[in-house]
Amino acid sequence: MRQKRQHKLDGKPGNGGDGQKARVDDETSTIGFENMEPNATLRPLCGSPRPIAWRTARTGTAIGRNVRFVRIAPLLAEGEFSKASNGRGRRDFSMIEIEGLTKTFGPIAAVAGVDLKVARGEVLGFLGPNGAGKSTTMKMVTGYLSPTAGRVRILGHDIETDTLAAQRQIGYLPEGAPAYGDMTPRQFLSFIAEARGFSGATLKEKVAAAVEKTDLDPVLDQPIETLSKGFKRRVGFAQAILHDPPVLIMDEPTDGLDPNQKHAVRALIKKMAADKAIIISTHLLEEVEAICTRAVIIDRGRVVADGTPAALLARSRHHNAVTLTVPADQAAQVKSRLKTISSIGSVEEAARKDGSVQITAFPKAGALLIEDVSALAKAEKWDARELYAEPGRLDEVFRAITTHDTRRAAEDHA
Amino acid sequence: MKDVWTIFKREFAAYFATPLAYVFIVIFLFAMGAFTFYIGRFYDNGMADLTVFFTYHPWLYLFLVPAISMRLWAEERRTGTMELLLTLPVPLWATVTGKYLAAWAMTGVALVLTFPIWLTVNYLGSPDNGVILAGYIGSFLMAGAYLAIGACISAATNNQVIAFVVSVTVCFLFTISGAPLVLDFFRAWAPQTLVTAISSFSFLTHFASITNGVIDLRDLVFFFSLIALFLGGNVVLVDLKRAG
Ligand SMILES: Nc1ncnc2c1ncn2[C@@H]1O[C@H](COP(=O)(O)OP(=O)(O)O)[C@@H](O)[C@H]1O
Ligand SMILES: [Mg+2]
Repeated sequence: MRQKRQHKLDGKPGNGGDGQKARVDDETSTIGFENMEPNATLRPLCGSPRPIAWRTARTGTAIGRNVRFVRIAPLLAEGEFSKASNGRGRRDFSMIEIEGLTKTFGPIAAVAGVDLKVARGEVLGFLGPNGAGKSTTMKMVTGYLSPTAGRVRILGHDIETDTLAAQRQIGYLPEGAPAYGDMTPRQFLSFIAEARGFSGATLKEKVAAAVEKTDLDPVLDQPIETLSKGFKRRVGFAQAILHDPPVLIMDEPTDGLDPNQKHAVRALIKKMAADKAIIISTHLLEEVEAICTRAVIIDRGRVVADGTPAALLARSRHHNAVTLTVPADQAAQVKSRLKTISSIGSVEEAARKDGSVQITAFPKAGALLIEDVSALAKAEKWDARELYAEPGRLDEVFRAITTHDTRRAAEDHA
Repeated sequence: MKDVWTIFKREFAAYFATPLAYVFIVIFLFAMGAFTFYIGRFYDNGMADLTVFFTYHPWLYLFLVPAISMRLWAEERRTGTMELLLTLPVPLWATVTGKYLAAWAMTGVALVLTFPIWLTVNYLGSPDNGVILAGYIGSFLMAGAYLAIGACISAATNNQVIAFVVSVTVCFLFTISGAPLVLDFFRAWAPQTLVTAISSFSFLTHFASITNGVIDLRDLVFFFSLIALFLGGNVVLVDLKRAG
């Protein structure tokens, strides 16, 4: 209530600062898990393991506070998720608030009730198979599509009723980084800057800063349609960050870039992350591990997993598994010795091209193997060429979650 | 207003950054000359005025203007720039107006480039230049009306061929609704008020009254309210598409 009133008084669009502050102040008193259901799985309050510093737009002072952080493992399943979030009776300080977001195209439910809150400092990796509804969600969050149901608020501004104020806070890189091909990057970025309300020297400054951050200098006066894919993408990127928006939404920002360019874009995102709320959609799992503080998996329009990349990895069968590579003649012995370690659940082997054998030992639930296995290897004097603990495999988790759902749907139909 | 200007500038520059404006202008001038001199027998007329020249404008616009307007929104959708445009903090009405005004200005440039024919009549005789100016103003307004209709229809469909055909048809109906053929058809059975109403929607009637040299407020109101109506429709249609 208080927040709403504050907005009315504030009146000016684009000034989210006061509303923000109100929410943060309120929030300090109510943070916690008081109202949590007893057996609901805990999840991080804001997904970021670091203290979060809040800066109000007007005063520029920091309201620093350690946020309690609870790692979740195993990851929340969909049902548990909604239980947990319903049970949490706290005021939220999210920059992006998505509630029950739904979009149907005729009979297709492209997005079916997505709830998400993204706080400052978070880089949310939006994962999902093709057609999962990632792009559709982003189009609704940025105000391009209007939702069939549900609502989106950006720094407190409702995207449907307070569209322009919300859109001023957003930088958006649509899928495929569209741009006007007949324009040069300089013209295009100037156009965007002008449409965002800059003019004169400020406009030039903003364009120059965006150009510098994205290394567009060499192609600045070349029509965009003649640029390579990498440069085109960077033009889209420059356009999105031009006004230094507090909320950044990017649909597959590194798609089609070469490894160097990917690295550059990721470094840039990381650098900007501290004072922004960022959502990037991707189907590259390594990207999530590289830059995201939180991973959300969406499948057929629903959120099926939500947690830190580490928590996601912990769901992998390979999490804490130990892999070692030994010569073929030792393989049988190694395998039988490994099975004597009580915390090992199963052992698998795979022949390698160079004649050696790769053996992977999977732990029983929650067990740590690496010390036992390396001690054993030393004692038995195995010729282990490699010996390492696996962090887990994201692709495995991804497939397990998303195909499981597909199968369940098939069974539902039967 | 500033937003309209921003969109207008980009859009107008785009016409001249691509062959589109040049092709349009060349064809417009060429067709105008062909109609006026060969079909209209401009010289045989023996009159130092541009009546013949202006007579063909509605028919030329009928095909050339929908060719411009059909891509107005379809192109933005096809290239994905629509998503950029509608997520910028620019009100939708400003975007619609800016795009429309740029296209209108482009047809204005084409119209201005017909000035050699004005020079010609002034060289050959001493025409009433006030009437000629009125003719140009009427022609420009009419082009604007065709364009508003075409823009609105292009917002309704992603298919440029459909946008073209439907625009030509609708524009044609607006053009001929005052022709004797049409009015006679209605006169046979419809009440006089309906006949008058139909004829009052005719571009031809309003255009003819302006080219006679009288810029009547009613004609101006007609064209401007028609333009406003279709631009409003354009805003609504783009917004409806957002709802998917
Ligand atoms: N404009 C549209 N009309 C009809 N169906 C659509 C439209 N846009 C997306 N869809 C459908 O919605 C689903 C989700 O699409 P999308 O959000 O693009 O998925 P993702 O980005 O995760 O690959 C897909 O099944 C797609 O076919
Ligand atoms: Mg997509």
